[in-house]
Amino acid sequence: MKSFAFHSPGTVPDAFALLNDVSESKLLAGGMTLLPTIKQRLAEPAALIDLAKIPQLSAITVDGDALVIGAMARHIDVVTSAIVRSKVPMLAHLAAGIGDPAVRNRGTIGGSVANNDPSADYPAAVLALDAIIVTDRREIPASAFFTGLFETSLEPNEIITSIRFPIPSTAGYAKFKSPASRYAVVGVCVAKAGGRVRVAVTGAGPCVFRVPEMETALEARFEPGAIASIKITAARLNSDIHADAEYRAHLVTVMAKKAVAAAIQGL
Amino acid sequence: MIIKFTLNGRSRKVDVEPATPVTDLLRETLNLTGTHVGCDTSQCGACTVLFNGDAVKSCTLLAPSLDGAALTTIEGLSGSSGSNRLHPMQEAFHENHGLQCGFCTPGMVMTAVALVTRNPAPTEAEVRHGLEGNLCRCTGYQNIVASVMAGAVAMNEPAIGE
Ligand SMILES: Cc1cc2nc3c(=O)[nH]c(=O)nc-3n(C[C@H](O)[C@H](O)[C@H](O)COP(=O)(O)OP(=O)(O)OC[C@H]3O[C@@H](n4cnc5c(N)ncnc54)[C@H](O)[C@@H]3O)c2cc1C
Repeated sequence: MKSFAFHSPGTVPDAFALLNDVSESKLLAGGMTLLPTIKQRLAEPAALIDLAKIPQLSAITVDGDALVIGAMARHIDVVTSAIVRSKVPMLAHLAAGIGDPAVRNRGTIGGSVANNDPSADYPAAVLALDAIIVTDRREIPASAFFTGLFETSLEPNEIITSIRFPIPSTAGYAKFKSPASRYAVVGVCVAKAGGRVRVAVTGAGPCVFRVPEMETALEARFEPGAIASIKITAARLNSDIHADAEYRAHLVTVMAKKAVAAAIQGL
Repeated sequence: MIIKFTLNGRSRKVDVEPATPVTDLLRETLNLTGTHVGCDTSQCGACTVLFNGDAVKSCTLLAPSLDGAALTTIEGLSGSSGSNRLHPMQEAFHENHGLQCGFCTPGMVMTAVALVTRNPAPTEAEVRHGLEGNLCRCTGYQNIVASVMAGAVAMNEPAIGE
């Protein structure tokens, strides 16, 4: 690895000051994406600003009608959190399906959301639950956060501090996973909050997206059969060694039905 | 930079270049070559170690992150109960022929120990799910799964004659 400096600030303002003062610096969460990227020389930061020594960034709490998960909460923390399991069990189920145990022991929700990998699991839940990405300077609604392939509306040096998930009446997540990495070939999250339903799809396109037609159908009748005949167009979906666009379009309906079934079971 | 951490139960103080993966620190600086480097991109699990008790891939852990932490490598397992005996999970891999070439074995054993520590009586399905981050290119996994199941039983038995 090319050499870089390493800083471990104890507070978010200190982390921000370091990011601003040291040019070419980058935030380090669990390093699950960033370190392989540096090894492959796709990134050459002059300094890493480690968020691991800022304890409040790992907190998982309930605030009014929202579940608040700190940016540095690891996937394993979400899997094992009694609060998550009682308030939004779908999120514990989703986190348990990410990668493998070692990845879940280091990878974080903040790193995953900031990275916006087109096949990452969390973006589907963030969009379907209409969550808010809380940063060191503002609150960004999910609908304005994921802007494209590995692109978000984060400004340079903006730090995600937590994600606020409004607690839904019920939600479910189902993915068809790559057997090698467990990333989503197609993953669908369905959430029902009051009379509104949101359906978000990851893995299928260059960026997570909603399926309004399924949402309307599910608002009328919340059961898998309501969307069985709704097919999305393959036109803008991904084709790669894992699956071509036609197959992904097919999987969206299959996974959406499974997600609805999971939501009905309260998973 | 100077980092202080506990390595296999002993406190250590080391001067490291920040851009050092823990694999390099262990193998090149501390001469602990039991931790293997396979893919070097956190896919294969050969480099798995216990970081504050959690199984993690040490190729994707930076040495500075060790500061203040406790690290256990494969070298720290045998004799951990005060004798020179292999750890019960290592014994189980030996007894059940849970390896062929042995390259993935240190990572398999570390992952298995962490798994059983969290879940003392795993089902076979839980063992298979728990080993998803560790690749073996020889065995076809059957004997590895059998080893972990046997190791789980052995880890829960009270140590005799020590
Ligand atoms: C083998 C393997 C399998 C995987 N399988 C899956 C899977 O099945 N599903 C899935 O969804 N993911 C998967 N992942 C990704 C993993 O879940 C991590 O969440 C993801 O890689 C991000 O890693 P991290 O949290 O360690 O962040 P890092 O790698 O440390 O950071 C990633 C990026 O986000 C930035 N960043 C980090 N934290 C913040 C913050 N608080 N504010 C602003 N920017 C920030 C960093 O600067 C960096 O650019 C897998 C990864 C590996 C290595």
